[in-house]
Amino acid sequence: MLPVFHAFKKTFSMTDPTQAPWHEIVLQMLKANQVKLVPYVPDRVFTPLIKALHADNFFTTFPCTREEEAIGIVTGAWMGGLRAAVLMQTSGFGTIPNALASLVVPSQIPALIFVSERGTLGEFNLGQAMVCRTMRPVLDSLAMEQHTITRHDELGFIVDRAIKQAVATQAPVTFILSPLLTGGKVFAA
Amino acid sequence: MAATAHNAKVMNRFELTKRLVAQLKREEAVIGGIGNSNFDLWMSGRRPQNFYMLGSMGLTIPIAFGVALAQPERHVVALEGDGSLLMMLGCLSTIAVQTPKNLTMVVWDNGMYQITGGQPTASGATTDLVAVARGCGLANSAWAADEEEFDRLFVEALKGGPTFIAARIDDKPGTGTTDRDPVQIRERFMRGIGVRKEA
Repeated sequence: MLPVFHAFKKTFSMTDPTQAPWHEIVLQMLKANQVKLVPYVPDRVFTPLIKALHADNFFTTFPCTREEEAIGIVTGAWMGGLRAAVLMQTSGFGTIPNALASLVVPSQIPALIFVSERGTLGEFNLGQAMVCRTMRPVLDSLAMEQHTITRHDELGFIVDRAIKQAVATQAPVTFILSPLLTGGKVFAA
Repeated sequence: MAATAHNAKVMNRFELTKRLVAQLKREEAVIGGIGNSNFDLWMSGRRPQNFYMLGSMGLTIPIAFGVALAQPERHVVALEGDGSLLMMLGCLSTIAVQTPKNLTMVVWDNGMYQITGGQPTASGATTDLVAVARGCGLANSAWAADEEEFDRLFVEALKGGPTFIAARIDDKPGTGTTDRDPVQIRERFMRGIGVRKEA
């Protein structure tokens, strides 16, 4: 067994962590890293994760009206000593560059940003496809750490280690959860 | 004529900010919004529990809410302008649902974007921000009729919330400017509210 799975075993209750659904792995890694606050803007693909967060008393989780708002809440929470992550979809990421460039990055806030990736691999909405193209260039231009996660077997390792790095280096990180991982949003062609 | 008229006295932001700071006895956190809200907070005396937001217009109240969630035993005050709040009205809905007991939102309403040249805001014409807050579900929302009532509303707010207080203010600019180092401001604030220890 690879060493990475030994680490997983400590945090998972199930006997074979590799069989856990993606959203369970994300939840467990948030929990293992004491990330207790998760404001979000709803997303269809993230629905099982959002439901699981609501069902777990460890987490304080609630919907926000805009992604920027959630970024502000996460920033305040970090300054107050509480680790926090935010959930959004690709189009929501398109609304937050100013909050990243004028608050999160210059203030060195380890905001943990989970993006449900739309606009690729079978997108049916041209608007989603266009805004998707802006996401990585924005992250690159701000020199923000980002991970596109496509593989189930790498998910726990990436999320766990990247959260630890974000906190240790006081820098935000974005996790782009690909349809290859989540299944994405399917429509009939 | 505003859709919902009110008879609040037109006051001065710096004078009210000084009165507000004078009421802080328990190391309450204060989040100052971008521009004049910040500047008058800065000039009201440096407090380690003050955070001065340098960009991200509209996020003062969400940041304050985040601090309030992280430290439920500490009261948190957001100082915001009317133009900034109009950019992020949705946060009032979120807060009304979550009902943080330790959050007070103070809005300085001069009916204009003073710092960018005095362009009009909707609150100077038709939008009553207290009516908006109440409509969002924030029952403890009020206009301060004058300085004495502002003091009274704020003292009451510190006992429990969430509370929304709006004050009509004049068109005077801020009385100074903050330092501009975001990391230093953030670090001082985190030390001020006990998250970081002095070396």
